[in-house]
Amino acid sequence: MSKELFSQLLYLDCGGLLLSSVLMLWRRQLGALITMLTAQGLLLSCLATLLGTQVGGTELYVVAAGILVLKAGVLPTVLRRVLAESRTARETQPLVNVPASLLSAAVLTLVAYGVSQPLVELDPTPATHAAPVGIAMVLLGFFVLVTRRRALSQVAGFLLLDNGIAATAFLVTAGVPLIVELAVSMDLLLVVLILQVLTARLRAEFGDVDIDELRGLRDR
Amino acid sequence: MSGAVETLLVVAPLVAPLLACLAARVIREPNQTVGWTTVSAAAVIVGDGIVAATRTVGDSSTLDVGSVLRVDALSAVMLIVIGSVGVVATWASIGFVDAERASGEVAGRDLRRYATLVPAFLAAMVLAVVANNLGLLWAAIEATTIVTAFLVGHRRTRGSVEATWKYVIICSVGIALAYLGTILVYYAARQAGIPADSALDWSQLSVHAGDLDAGVMRIAFALLVLGYGTKAGMIPLHSWLPDAHSQAPAPVSALMSGVLLPVAVYALIRFRVIAVGSLEGSYARNLLLVVALTSIALATALIIAQQDYKRLLAYSSIEHMGLVVIGLAIGTPLAIAASLLHILGHGLGKAVLFCGAGQVLVHEGTTRIAGVRGLLTRRPVLAATFGAGFVALLGLPPFSLFVSELGLARAATADGLGWVIAIAMALLVVVFVAVAAQVTPMILGAPPSPVPDPAVPDAAAAPGSTAPLVVGLLVLAALGTVSWPLDQLLDSASLIGSGR
Repeated sequence: MSKELFSQLLYLDCGGLLLSSVLMLWRRQLGALITMLTAQGLLLSCLATLLGTQVGGTELYVVAAGILVLKAGVLPTVLRRVLAESRTARETQPLVNVPASLLSAAVLTLVAYGVSQPLVELDPTPATHAAPVGIAMVLLGFFVLVTRRRALSQVAGFLLLDNGIAATAFLVTAGVPLIVELAVSMDLLLVVLILQVLTARLRAEFGDVDIDELRGLRDR
Repeated sequence: MSGAVETLLVVAPLVAPLLACLAARVIREPNQTVGWTTVSAAAVIVGDGIVAATRTVGDSSTLDVGSVLRVDALSAVMLIVIGSVGVVATWASIGFVDAERASGEVAGRDLRRYATLVPAFLAAMVLAVVANNLGLLWAAIEATTIVTAFLVGHRRTRGSVEATWKYVIICSVGIALAYLGTILVYYAARQAGIPADSALDWSQLSVHAGDLDAGVMRIAFALLVLGYGTKAGMIPLHSWLPDAHSQAPAPVSALMSGVLLPVAVYALIRFRVIAVGSLEGSYARNLLLVVALTSIALATALIIAQQDYKRLLAYSSIEHMGLVVIGLAIGTPLAIAASLLHILGHGLGKAVLFCGAGQVLVHEGTTRIAGVRGLLTRRPVLAATFGAGFVALLGLPPFSLFVSELGLARAATADGLGWVIAIAMALLVVVFVAVAAQVTPMILGAPPSPVPDPAVPDAAAAPGSTAPLVVGLLVLAALGTVSWPLDQLLDSASLIGSGR
């Protein structure tokens, strides 16, 4: 693959990642959030494959396959099962409304470009030039996490943040060593499974899963 | 020959708790045998830490297994911390499990899971301190979140589900940020020409710290402080801590406060060595100072008006970790040595107090401070150990927290940071007055009338239930009065931890 084509595909892929992250702030349907996460899983897998064509070796292709299974297959399936069991499919009353969320997304993306300048300057390749996208996804994920009240939206926010970290890792270092990648994926899977069990317990305890109702523990 | 002994010393503290884990799975009914197996696993960790200490003290020798696992004097100190807090907590845990079974409210399945997860928790923390690869260190600390999630939610009450949710979400986010920081360190290391398979090895990074790009390391260190700070109960992602500590079973609270928080601080010690090697000026110091002082201030504010004794202990953990992080910020060998001694002292003190608080809860049936009065007249032994634990925690002699706080003050003034320690000590005085005012009536006040019915009269009041607490206090007092032989180990560890 020529350098030219590689960078164009790379930027297309990263554009898709950023777009899907912003869409997660726009949509309130919980099902739409899961669709966006699935799309991000696909895009991350493509990103690893793209980098694999440049770096050589089989390691990145293995990682790409793993990501495809985990982030575009297993995790969305688990989330859809949780969604199917809960009664409401919409995020009711997010703390910040949609226009303000989109405005914040623009600000956070600019912040991401600002703070990640040192990353780009250290090794200005096409891939590191796209690294701010990963940082922006981390910030957007954090934003979703603190402004949404539904348990499932919070998990989606956490997964967006995690996708952002994965994207950053690919863009700046073409991925971490395989063993670390494996440990990270394992941890991610277990965390999501634990959260699934917890949402089931929450439902058993509180009827419906709204984190905002969890106010039993505080300093009186 | 020596290679085999080295490998054994590094691997034994990992294998022992895993065997205990296995024993809990195999023996279906969690009984005393399972409990004592876990205690012996913790004892193996202490013993191993001491033997490892004798081999790494003095010269800067290390025990290596490949490039993945590595024990130096600093790791040996942490092994001793994990093991000794572990012994107190798992020993007290035997009485806890008996009381749980006697109460009849907990299913046997839940007790078996408890017995399996506690040694797994110990194994994960041992892995964190013997890991040389920083990616593995990260994975081990993240694994502690996974393992403890269901320990916090042990009782399946409304409160414990809420606490578990907060704990898993906040700690996963925090630790994810630490992972991003680790990736950036890896990026800087690769750009500095360190080969891929050793670019996350601490032994390599600490030597080549000067070659790492300052701009990238600045972002990385901020993320690492935020991330591992979350796990250590530091501001701004600290809000999981009081909920998790107050809802978890007492021995688990003891392990979280005495071991989990210090292991996260340990990760910061390792990364700080790399950061100060690559960053000019006082960036790392200022960052750590801001985080530590605001955390202490927040904990102080919430301790003053606290009405729940388990939450009081939880905020006190934030305060003490803040002091330890101040030691890191100062960063001289004296300060690091004081911080490490403080970690050990606080761990033992908190283990005694949380386990004591668990027994108080069983007897009195409430965690409200106002609900517990005149404990000394009704439960003299428990009240005395509980009270002595508070004396230790507040930094009074003969306990070792007095020595370590004094050491921190000396280190700060010697390095021109007298104002920092002045602020911290002023806050400590406020905490001292507040805690003393709240705890004194709990222990000495007039007993309530009518005397409340103890929830579980016999099991937890069995003779010997306070034995682990008394042993913990005796060790704590010994550490405060006799500096030999720990001081040599602390010297060696502090040279590593200060990056000199």
